[in-house]
Amino acid sequence: MGVRVQIEPFDGAQEYGRLAASGHAAVAVFSGQVRDFGYLGDVSLLELEHYPGMTERVLTEIGDSASARFSLLSWRIIHRYGPLKAGEAIVWVGVTAHHREAAFAGCEFIMDHLKTNAPFWKKERHPDGKAQWVAAADTDEQRRRRWHEDS
Amino acid sequence: MLSVRFFSLLREALNTEVLELEWSSRCCTVGALKQELIKQNGSFWEEHLMHPNVIHAVNQRVVMIEEPLHDGDEIAFFPPMTGG
Repeated sequence: MGVRVQIEPFDGAQEYGRLAASGHAAVAVFSGQVRDFGYLGDVSLLELEHYPGMTERVLTEIGDSASARFSLLSWRIIHRYGPLKAGEAIVWVGVTAHHREAAFAGCEFIMDHLKTNAPFWKKERHPDGKAQWVAAADTDEQRRRRWHEDS
Repeated sequence: MLSVRFFSLLREALNTEVLELEWSSRCCTVGALKQELIKQNGSFWEEHLMHPNVIHAVNQRVVMIEEPLHDGDEIAFFPPMTGG
């Protein structure tokens, strides 16, 4: 269980190793990397701003919700902020469960809520010097909402 | 005292990161605080603070505009979040 919000890079393989060492039957991991193409073309740098304090609290609430809903055995969320280059790892979510269904769903639930509810804001910088704040995508909000619709 | 924080696009547009305001019971909700800030700073602030996408947080929790404020609260205004 746990949240890390940090400027430094992290080692996804090492993080996976820690989760796998639990011996739990199902381990699901999502790793997000900085895109090299944005709204204005090539992205040379992505700057990530966040709201210290609120970020950690929201991510913890998301992890706890996923854990309760899908009976996860453990979960971990790592998110970076600051300047990031294309291809660098930006977010890492790993969960463990008794079965794959819960592990896949728990991991996806965390990502879908993190995208819209955790106070991060991305700014893309381009090789020509232009910069642009990334707009929130409606599809991200739709993906989050579907977890809360009556089936 | 109220601490008012701005993030991302709003921080840049308003050229303001944090404002420390004297507590006034006149300003008793997030909406009233917005109106007070607009009154003090003019139409440029109005354009940004009244944008329908603006999200409000009090003490680091997202709230509706009717949320009451208390002395010592930390209020934040920011655009929709883009994590991940």
